[in-house]
Amino acid sequence: MNEESKIEEKKREEKYLNASTRQLIWWRFKKHKLALMGLYIIGVMYFCAAFCEFLSPYHKDTRHSDCVYAPSTKIRVIDHKDRFRRPFVEAIEPDIDLESQQLCYKPVQGSCCPIRFLVRGDKYLFWGLWETDLHLFGVEPPGRIFLFGTDRMGRDMFSRCLYGSRVSLSIGMLGVFLSLFLGLVLGGISGYVGGWIDGLIQRTIEIIRCFPSIPLWMGLSAAMPPHWPALKVYFAITIILSLVGWTDLARMVRGKLIALREEEFVLAARFAGAGHARIIFRHLLPSFTSHIIVAITLAIPSMILAETALSFLGIGLRPPVTSLGVLLKEAQNVTTIALYPWLLIPVLFVIVAVLAFNCAGDGLRDAVDPYSR
Amino acid sequence: MLAYVIRRILIMIPTLVAISVITFVIIQLPPGDFLTTHVAELRMSGESVDQAELEALRNRFGLDDPLYMQYFLWAWNCLHGDFGYSFEWKRPVSDLIGERISLTILISVSTLLFTWAVAVPIGIYSAVRQYSWADHFLTFIGFMGLATPNFLLALILLWFSFAYLGMSVGGLFSPEFAAADVPWTLAKVWDLLKHLWIPVIIVGTDHTAKFIRIIRGNLLDELKKPYVTTARAKGLKEVNLILKYPVRLAINPLVSTIGWTLPELVSGIAITAVVLNLPTTGPLLLKALLSQDMHLAGAFIMLLSFLTVVGTLISDILLAWVDPRIRFGARETV
Repeated sequence: MNEESKIEEKKREEKYLNASTRQLIWWRFKKHKLALMGLYIIGVMYFCAAFCEFLSPYHKDTRHSDCVYAPSTKIRVIDHKDRFRRPFVEAIEPDIDLESQQLCYKPVQGSCCPIRFLVRGDKYLFWGLWETDLHLFGVEPPGRIFLFGTDRMGRDMFSRCLYGSRVSLSIGMLGVFLSLFLGLVLGGISGYVGGWIDGLIQRTIEIIRCFPSIPLWMGLSAAMPPHWPALKVYFAITIILSLVGWTDLARMVRGKLIALREEEFVLAARFAGAGHARIIFRHLLPSFTSHIIVAITLAIPSMILAETALSFLGIGLRPPVTSLGVLLKEAQNVTTIALYPWLLIPVLFVIVAVLAFNCAGDGLRDAVDPYSR
Repeated sequence: MLAYVIRRILIMIPTLVAISVITFVIIQLPPGDFLTTHVAELRMSGESVDQAELEALRNRFGLDDPLYMQYFLWAWNCLHGDFGYSFEWKRPVSDLIGERISLTILISVSTLLFTWAVAVPIGIYSAVRQYSWADHFLTFIGFMGLATPNFLLALILLWFSFAYLGMSVGGLFSPEFAAADVPWTLAKVWDLLKHLWIPVIIVGTDHTAKFIRIIRGNLLDELKKPYVTTARAKGLKEVNLILKYPVRLAINPLVSTIGWTLPELVSGIAITAVVLNLPTTGPLLLKALLSQDMHLAGAFIMLLSFLTVVGTLISDILLAWVDPRIRFGARETV
């Protein structure tokens, strides 16, 4: 027994010593349960964002004009005759609440519209490639399913949230890659070349960091002409976000490069006759790729938040583009929120996304240095 | 010490100039000069345009001069406290911004103090009791605080207080004190204090969370160091030991990060103020940007940035005063 456990121990040690850096990072990351969960949530969210047309029961712009500000649909399994049935929803019709003089909805007596999977519904162009009308789920007419209620034009909030997270999540990604590019190039030059160029770039970074980001973003995005098409605004916003966001990455890259520049393996490479480009891309960059990944993971949420903030203020993305911030713009007014609290649901998407990225980034940061104990 | 302060102030000057250049670029960014936009708007609303007045304004801002001359004229005026003219409000910009900027400063400073007061004890607690359920709970709350953007928190709070408490939490003053011409009496100050805590908490949450993370991480690093073991071996009381040595090192970042905390606080206040309708810079800046009242917007952006530069300066001086290593080390690096 004792012998066996010793062998087991030895094997484990051997496995540890033989593992590649990547494997070590992954093992260490897996131990961090919260981080792992964050990674899964990010995966699910991007999956939903990628297939939002298929997953949402309606198109984001489909108006159900007789269901304005309808609350979320209740899914039932017991019908009005107390029979157990497959999940169904009741059709609703508008009504006036006599007490508060407010519009409300009451179920149509005895209507029972079962939820079906893979139904035909609104037409859409899947990834801009082919036209289809297949949706993951839907209900039989005349019922309609609004999991998160509807907005002031009777559009399904659930569908809109999915479409909105596509824009918000992708703008975060895109913005981060732009700032990664800027950060790598400028931080790389700054750290590797040094001298007065380093000084210049560092001063520039310091100056940019002096600006409070939201007022600066506001100033830059207010300069966008209002007649620009939606796509152009989308890219302009991405550029504006990354113009401010690259400084952190550049600092990180510079710090790492300065630390690594003096290492023996760089000296060895130089003696072996490697050029600057080869030293940077073959020897230096791979040694801190993991740190870059961490920096990206932690930078994406701030991009998402920035886009949400700008769109919320009305100087970021504009309808007909649907992002989470654009959706929240509807919920700016206290009375609206008090009467139709489901308009705040996009907040949850923002919070969950940011939380997931932060957790995953935190776990990654702990894991990237697998040799430290 | 004095030499260090003077050197820091001299370094600050190019930064301030660069900020003013960027601000000027932002002012110039909207297509066409602002006067043309203004005239177009006036024509659209059917008001007549006085050509003589227009000519006077053109001269005043040197709109017919080349761009760099316009910049010098504008910067020169700014140095003399003349930030231009707001077409939206038909008043000089400097009249509009004074009180709003000072309220922004007030909220920033109180928020900073609030975050310190909350983050230090919690950070120490979660480091000392690492992986206890309270640590996990506080870490989770901290993450939530980090993930919830200020303005959304403000929105949720607005809804909550409206729906469940039946009161509205917006504004910084009660209606009877709200007008700008009410003199600053003791009653008004008290009224301000009664309203101040809401924006302070809202803007402070994510920084509190961040500081807790920083303090916890630093303290954990310090606690592993040999001197802590030595002190413990010598029989020092645990409370004294932790508070006297590692904590002092662990809270150093509180002072040294003022430089980047202040800009974030200011921008957090800007957007929270829009939701809560506070009489600070945020709502007016947004309005100015939306109506392309660029002189007003530019003045705000520039003054807020100056504010953070000055804040950084103060924090650097504080840090040098606290920590002689910086005072002397700086001589080599700068």
